Amino acid sequence: MQAPTEYRSQLHHRQKELMVKWYDRLNEAAETGNPPSVSMMISGNCVELLEGFDAVPIYPEINALQLAIRHQSLEPILLAEELGYAADNCAYVKADIGAYLKGITPAGGKLPKPTLVLCNFVGCNTYLKWFEHVAEFTGAPLYTLDVPFMRLDEPSVADIDYVVRQLKELVKLLEGLTGRKFDYDRFKQGVRCAARVEELWSNIKHLARTVPSPFDAYFDAITLMGPLYVYRAKPEGVEFFELALQELEEKVERGEGVNDTEKFRLVFEGPPPYPHFRTFRDMFAKWKACAVASTYSTVGGLWEFGARHDPEEPFESVALHMLAHNVTNRNYLQRYDQIKRYVEEWGADGVIIHFVKSCRLFSAGQGDMRDYFTKVLGVPTLYLESDLEDPRYFSEAQLRNRIDAYFEALEHQKMTTSSPQRHKDTKEFHN
Amino acid sequence: MRFAAGVDVGSTQTKAVVMEESAGIVGRALLDTGANVTRAAENAFHVACREARIDPRDVGFVVGTGYGRYKITFGNAQMTEISCHARGASYIFPNTRTVIDMGGQDAKAISIGADGQVLDFVMNDKCAAGTGRFLSNAADVMGITLDEVGPLSLEGTRPVKLTTVCTVFVESDILSYLSMGKKPPDILRGVHLAIAKRTISLARRVSLEPEITMTGGVARNLGMVQALEEVLETKLQISPEAHFMGAIGAALFALEKEDESFEATVWRQPVCET
Repeated sequence: MQAPTEYRSQLHHRQKELMVKWYDRLNEAAETGNPPSVSMMISGNCVELLEGFDAVPIYPEINALQLAIRHQSLEPILLAEELGYAADNCAYVKADIGAYLKGITPAGGKLPKPTLVLCNFVGCNTYLKWFEHVAEFTGAPLYTLDVPFMRLDEPSVADIDYVVRQLKELVKLLEGLTGRKFDYDRFKQGVRCAARVEELWSNIKHLARTVPSPFDAYFDAITLMGPLYVYRAKPEGVEFFELALQELEEKVERGEGVNDTEKFRLVFEGPPPYPHFRTFRDMFAKWKACAVASTYSTVGGLWEFGARHDPEEPFESVALHMLAHNVTNRNYLQRYDQIKRYVEEWGADGVIIHFVKSCRLFSAGQGDMRDYFTKVLGVPTLYLESDLEDPRYFSEAQLRNRIDAYFEALEHQKMTTSSPQRHKDTKEFHN
Repeated sequence: MRFAAGVDVGSTQTKAVVMEESAGIVGRALLDTGANVTRAAENAFHVACREARIDPRDVGFVVGTGYGRYKITFGNAQMTEISCHARGASYIFPNTRTVIDMGGQDAKAISIGADGQVLDFVMNDKCAAGTGRFLSNAADVMGITLDEVGPLSLEGTRPVKLTTVCTVFVESDILSYLSMGKKPPDILRGVHLAIAKRTISLARRVSLEPEITMTGGVARNLGMVQALEEVLETKLQISPEAHFMGAIGAALFALEKEDESFEATVWRQPVCET
């Protein structure tokens, strides 16, 4: 089997530096109590608000996935199961709790006791219990920020007001916990940085509309997602994404794709199987397939469709992001529409749905989604099942069989029918 | 005379078929896969060549399929059994639009187009309910052979309702019915209907457009065929070659690949080399 060609450049080195620096700050917080730290959920996070306190975010999801990608997730999962967590519990929860109790951290340094456990349970009600447990085990205070699900296409004024009032309550709480006065100007500056990063990230994602795509919007996007969530509200984040955009634009100019040739363009739905990330990626690379878009890369924000933070209305725009501008808090029909737009506007040949066994939130309803794309829209759609964190649910032979069969059929179909229209001009979509 | 072969290394049995372009199937072999997948494939290939009365070196192209396809060291290319069963079923029954394949550990449904191309497919995932393994476990617990379960089930008049389709827990379910004095044919009829319902439920996720062709080793079990037809309320197309359908499809692909004049067609292009 041919080894996949993988994009490695300056941005990968810079990404590593930034993530190491983040873990160093967390280690410093653990050692000295400074800076203050806040545990948060990635989806619809309010990292901009933390800038007003010079606080550092802790993302239990990133910790869990880092353990999985380094093949270290099973041991903490087993410990959590010994404690009584069921086999069907979210494996992120089990890995995170188990790792905390065992003192395992992804980068080897210490993680601080959070100044606050902020349960911004955007779209994921498992978080309510997860963060209750984090607060219980660490002894940190817990604040639950209630974000209503999207019932309609847009959030109501009352929804936005409801979240804004909680954000302001949260500010007062953090002032008390940190002993620091909230720096509103710095918050606004954070929101301004975020808006710029979102613009750059959106431009990067639209580069994937070119043929060939200069990066894989699922597997490579994950590299960019760490800085996106940790550094979005900081000048380092702006610098990083300027670098990333520049490098990828240069790739477009040189006509370079992800693989030596690009035979298939795909849209991915669902998080990847982190414990078997490389194996899974290779199963697609073997067929010269490239993800041109993914829903997973929009858990933090749906910026490629125009949403931006607004420094003139910082609280309201943070609330809007929590409510409406991230994939997990939106309803399923909106997610269908998102994937449909990717297929049509990014010129994809098919959709891959990765069902995550231990994540009911992301995965429930994906059977209907598969039917919608296959039967209603006629888009070749492959449904795969494993887990994002637990290495025991990855049946390699079964997955390989399905993936190979999918591409055999897709290849036949592509060669007997005309290919979908692809968009080579990306500029018109940048703004 | 141009010969090509297909070797289908399944989880339970290995099938090989040798085809000649004008004469069709000229040799076949069926062996237990066992622990040495490569050897099982080689043996099956050689037995099929012997039946075809040709030297293995006369075979121009070999396509491997099934779970062990990447272990077929003498093969020229690999394709999944999904493509191969579709191709084989479409060759034997050209009007096939749905294939139900039941093998040792797999149950799959494939929706196919007019030219035999795969349009969509679903398979059982991480659970062997509804597969041949379920039937062999039932046979074991009842102390009969796998070949007996089908005919015996046809004698059942009052099928029991199984409380599980779990391949492991079905054993305790059957023991429970035996201890209650239920007749073995009624229990087996219940077993077959339970599998049939599960398989049809799986198949409905792709389509059940007629004609429906059943392939795989379980197609030899008349009790299962009847149970499926009862649940579907329609007749299934079943070839005497059903067990070899994956190998036949692989051999057909091999013939096309071996044929230089076939250069322009899709099947010349796609197979993934290891």
